[in-house]
Amino acid sequence: MELNAVTIGFAVFTIFTLGGGFGVVTTRNLFQGTIWLMVSLFGVAGYFILLSAPFLAAVQILVYIGAIAILITFAVMLTRSVTRIKARYVRLIPSFIGSLVLFLILLLGITIPIFGGQLPESAPEYVATTRELGTALVDENGFVVPFMLASVLLTAAMIGAIFIARDENA
Amino acid sequence: MDELCTGLCRLMVDSGADAGLAQFLSLLVGVLLVSGVPLLTVILLIWIERKVAARIQDRIGPNRVGPIGLMQTFADLLKLLGKEDITPTSADRWLYNAAPLVSFASVVLIWAVVPFTPFHYGVDLEIGALFFVAVASFGTLAIMVAGWASNNKYALLGAFRVVSLLVSYEVPLVFALLVPVLLAGSMSMLDIVNAQTGMWFVVLSPLAFVIFYVSSQAETGRAPFDLIEAESELVAGFNIEYSGMKFGMFFAAEFLHVFTNGILMALLFFGGWLGPLYYESPLIAFAWLGLKGGVIYLTTLWLRNTVPRLRIDQIMAFNWKFLVPLSIANLIFISAALKVMQEIGWAPRDMIGAGFGELVPTTVVLLLINGAMIIYLLGILRKRGQEARRESQATRAALAHAAADQGAA
Repeated sequence: MELNAVTIGFAVFTIFTLGGGFGVVTTRNLFQGTIWLMVSLFGVAGYFILLSAPFLAAVQILVYIGAIAILITFAVMLTRSVTRIKARYVRLIPSFIGSLVLFLILLLGITIPIFGGQLPESAPEYVATTRELGTALVDENGFVVPFMLASVLLTAAMIGAIFIARDENA
Repeated sequence: MDELCTGLCRLMVDSGADAGLAQFLSLLVGVLLVSGVPLLTVILLIWIERKVAARIQDRIGPNRVGPIGLMQTFADLLKLLGKEDITPTSADRWLYNAAPLVSFASVVLIWAVVPFTPFHYGVDLEIGALFFVAVASFGTLAIMVAGWASNNKYALLGAFRVVSLLVSYEVPLVFALLVPVLLAGSMSMLDIVNAQTGMWFVVLSPLAFVIFYVSSQAETGRAPFDLIEAESELVAGFNIEYSGMKFGMFFAAEFLHVFTNGILMALLFFGGWLGPLYYESPLIAFAWLGLKGGVIYLTTLWLRNTVPRLRIDQIMAFNWKFLVPLSIANLIFISAALKVMQEIGWAPRDMIGAGFGELVPTTVVLLLINGAMIIYLLGILRKRGQEARRESQATRAALAHAAADQGAA
């Protein structure tokens, strides 16, 4: 592997992603765990930049760090005494086997096209712009149906959340 | 390699330097310049802020250190640097110290995509506008971390209060930001400015500008949304445990953020560097941008020192029940009108390079739509105000009545 800016970037972002993930599962403090999760997600955003998808990188930061992680910190801190857990999780062997199986399935799914996927021969030279991404989302021949379905699903989820959280007396 | 190596880099290569090294050095100079400008500006901004606040409150403001008090900030800076660096014993040391840095970095990062002139900018990202929103979310994170890591319940409560405010006001901010993006057909800051050659976007959609202005005032935690500090009654909030330069970093970030927002609004809605003779010299272009940004910045200071603070429930109700629906409606109307006009040929397909003449029908129609919305809104606001006034009068009358009854008995 040639040592250039992309390789160095890949190494740095891998350290961020894996190190963050390691921090999430090892820290005993839930709030610090959330911060580690953000570090990990930040590393993933870096991968998107290396893959010439700046739009996805920005969305990754905006949605995952700016919204979801902040939401998690809120949930963590509003839950009583959850930031200082003393109990240890002891079922290590089942979790180890479970995660190993999941990892192997993912690895196989990526390397051997069992699920109908196909590895491209080499990375395409062509780099899609944000404009093309946007057009593809609303194009009849593109992804307009999944896009609309996802929007309907999200709207339904939002209405449901508001309905559940609503004060009965108000 | 060649398109990356221009200007200073080309000069170094021509005088016999290694190409890779020359490129690295010129990039380094660029990065230092882009991050150095805001760092130096903030020192001046603090002085301006204090001077303007003083004038509005009929005071003189800093006037002892240096000519007209210009050196005051340096004196304050020295004082802050000389202070003892305190970290509370039970604080989370790492996060506690990282929070001020993240807070300041989130603002400085915005300057990476701010074009100063048509030719001088950090980077012209294809996703410039989105980048701005994404890095701004780090500021929210910094406040949350600061509040938690201080291990002080007042700091934590203050952080909750502020983060709920910041997260809420991000929604109308982004919806208002979408309007210039939609009109320009691009998220690149350069394209957005270039698309305003024919007409400034503030004329096409004044409502979007007002929404952006109000929500960015909230994002920076300025009055009437200054829950972020509320020194007088809410014990400062998330930064209560901070002192010395760490405290100063939070404040520097805030001062800089206000000015950055002024510049951003100038770029997004007021045509950035566009103005008479801007193509003659980059200096004139830069002066136009500075002038527009400065005027908007002064109005935010004016607003800050004029209006009282709102309660948190009022702020939230104003955002979710007024600004958010309004910003969504504005976006829907503008995009629908623009699409229809493009189909029937009244509006140019591409704003970039469209002249003033081509844009006259677009401007008239969009302005009429916004005008109608504003008139409708003013009607609603008037009705709501009358209702609130009637209610408070009724309460007061009832109270007076009760008091009179008691007096009689």
